Amino acid sequence: MAELTIKQRRQIPRHAMPAQEAAERRSNFSEVALGYTEEQAIEEANRCLQCKKPPCVDGCPVEIDIPGFIGALHDGDKEESLRILKSKNSLPAICGRVCPQETQCEIKCVLAKKAEPVAIGRLERFIADWDLERGAATPEVAEPTGKRVAVVGAGPAGITCAADLARLGHSVTIFESLHAPGGVLVYGIPEFRLPKDTVYQEFGCLECMGVEFVPDAVIGKLYTIDELLGEQGFDAVFLGTGAGLPSFMRIPGINYNGVLSANEFLTRVNLMKAYRFPEYDTPVKVKKKVAVIGAGNVAMDSARSALRLGHLQAAGVLPAGPEEASTEPLEVHIVYRRSPVEVPARAEEVHHAEEEGIIFDFLTNPVEIYGDDKWNVCGMRCIRMELGEPDDSGRRRPTPIEGSEFDMEVDMVIMALGTSPNPLVFRNADDLERSRWGTVEVKDEKTGLTTKPRVWAGGDVVTGAATVISAMGAGKAAAGDIHRYLMNGS
Amino acid sequence: MYELLEKEYVTDITIMMVIKAPAVARKTQPGEFVIVRTDETGERIPLTIADFDRDAGTITLVVQEVGKSTMQMGKLGVGDGFANVVGPLGHATEIEDFGTVVCVSGGFAVAPMYPITRGLKEAGNHVISILGARSKDLLFWEDKIESVSDEFIVCTDDGSYGRKALVTEPLKEILEERGKEVKRVWAIGPAIMMKFCALTTKPFGVKTIVSLNTIMVDGTGMCGGCRVQLEDGARFVCVDGPEFDAHQVDWDLMMARQSYYKPEEQLAVERWEHRCQLEALA
Repeated sequence: MAELTIKQRRQIPRHAMPAQEAAERRSNFSEVALGYTEEQAIEEANRCLQCKKPPCVDGCPVEIDIPGFIGALHDGDKEESLRILKSKNSLPAICGRVCPQETQCEIKCVLAKKAEPVAIGRLERFIADWDLERGAATPEVAEPTGKRVAVVGAGPAGITCAADLARLGHSVTIFESLHAPGGVLVYGIPEFRLPKDTVYQEFGCLECMGVEFVPDAVIGKLYTIDELLGEQGFDAVFLGTGAGLPSFMRIPGINYNGVLSANEFLTRVNLMKAYRFPEYDTPVKVKKKVAVIGAGNVAMDSARSALRLGHLQAAGVLPAGPEEASTEPLEVHIVYRRSPVEVPARAEEVHHAEEEGIIFDFLTNPVEIYGDDKWNVCGMRCIRMELGEPDDSGRRRPTPIEGSEFDMEVDMVIMALGTSPNPLVFRNADDLERSRWGTVEVKDEKTGLTTKPRVWAGGDVVTGAATVISAMGAGKAAAGDIHRYLMNGS
Repeated sequence: MYELLEKEYVTDITIMMVIKAPAVARKTQPGEFVIVRTDETGERIPLTIADFDRDAGTITLVVQEVGKSTMQMGKLGVGDGFANVVGPLGHATEIEDFGTVVCVSGGFAVAPMYPITRGLKEAGNHVISILGARSKDLLFWEDKIESVSDEFIVCTDDGSYGRKALVTEPLKEILEERGKEVKRVWAIGPAIMMKFCALTTKPFGVKTIVSLNTIMVDGTGMCGGCRVQLEDGARFVCVDGPEFDAHQVDWDLMMARQSYYKPEEQLAVERWEHRCQLEALA
């Protein structure tokens, strides 16, 4: 292949991601983004300028050699591309789909100054999917060290930590409170954004590496951390328990029927597969006027799931109760107290939500939820907001406009206001220091070592709700430090 | 898999199941619950632990066949298993020597009341037990409860066994007769029974504890589906409970929340019964 000049590279337009049409995908839970073809991927790889000092790498929380893996892809050496990718990222098929590339690597891309950045995430996904399709090979495992590590929580941080430690020859047991591994990747992120088959395929080789998975194990109750380190005989513990505790607004009516946390709604739909009720036993209500409070990725996931449930019901796929069988048109709103500029969700998710017909109510905040005589949600009083001076987060602080209250007709309210670490795991672990937000205080951010001897932590339980890639990075870093400790004994 | 070691119908619709779950049994204390999922397509349902044997590594659960999940449990045989048993969850019952206490249980709540009653008795309390059921054929474990009680009263709504009364009647009489002597009351049963027990004891100012069985998904504080409104704010039954001060609970809201998925539950039962009929014909 003839080498392209920089000018020629710059002239190639960024390739759009092939996707299911909005009208079609509203009625199914299949993946929206379909992935590049090999031709598209190689052309997109051609856009990379192969910078000598690549700024994109600085934007990546785990410092993937981005020009390296893209260059190898461009040269047609997918094997090498994958090797480069996997040397820093154990979960590329997942991160390629859910990483906020537009605020991490892609925003730093030199091309982004004048045109659109290289589609780094889509290329990452392309390589990872190619690897999964051919059936990923069993990774090599070092000679057993005889050391035992307990990993608490089977989300991105825990899985990554477990995989790295297992590869180094340690005996690893993962304790998970739910019945399936994956954490937020499985209970939170919907199938249409991250297929569960992809998640499990990417996790796949844990068992063949000898990692033991213990479901139904609520650490803090079934075993305390001290018991894991004591009678259970583990040499070290890694806590990757995430940020699973939902927040509710403190407004009247918050406990009426039909007000759900996004966690509950998404767990019913994703983990428990309520979108296939009654084949699966767990139900979820399908309502006609849904308001999702918040504008993060979880809010978008909730709104788009609610929309799909509504369309599935209208199509007769999901059964309708007498109350839901009305022919009223479906309306799903995102209600957000700030303006479009402050929306924390990924641009791609907002774009997909808009295409699918989600209605955005900006600068709007609920002040009361109304219930009918059966305590079912029947409306929501909101107030208009305006933006004032920047607050601690650097974003302009929303303040209510006096006298601007108005009523919205809603029959379901989903609270997607962020989450914090679940304190259950810390029962009987007072020597583990935590911040006033409930996150674990680590002595060193680079290693995740906590104030409790032989206990490391990483991911959302340390940072508060953040990204899959940073959790994965923390799991990796902790694995390195745990390994160093296990081998040196200090 | 968690193996079903013993199964017995203690009434026509009430099943007692002994399940192998050594790690859970090792930690279980009176008042705690487990989340159970029967199979891969099953729902996660909370069930209060009715008994436990740490040496044998078993827990005992008692369910009434009222929904699809519990009817499906009825079809399980010894040697079959549950896909998941998660626990012990929630806080244990606060057990100490209070003096005289009254334990009121209605319907199949006799089961979760048993370890609490036993614990209170062992702690040195003078335990007065009141058992209630709609009729004689729904009563079970009277002997077990009686064996750990100092005084024992049985009543049925229809008078088919024991005294013809609602449980609130003897409860009120005891409070009237003994006054301040009664230090604490436990009431576990259908929500409506617990509500009326709370209303009965409130004028006497006796602290009354109820165990709530709300809708849950994970049981660990993650979903918030179980939240209950107390006078001073909302609580999660799974991690803050399941026991609460009965006088603080917003009962009507709680009962409304419990029945939110009634139409879906009904649909699931109809579908299950239809399937069983087809299987019977085949």
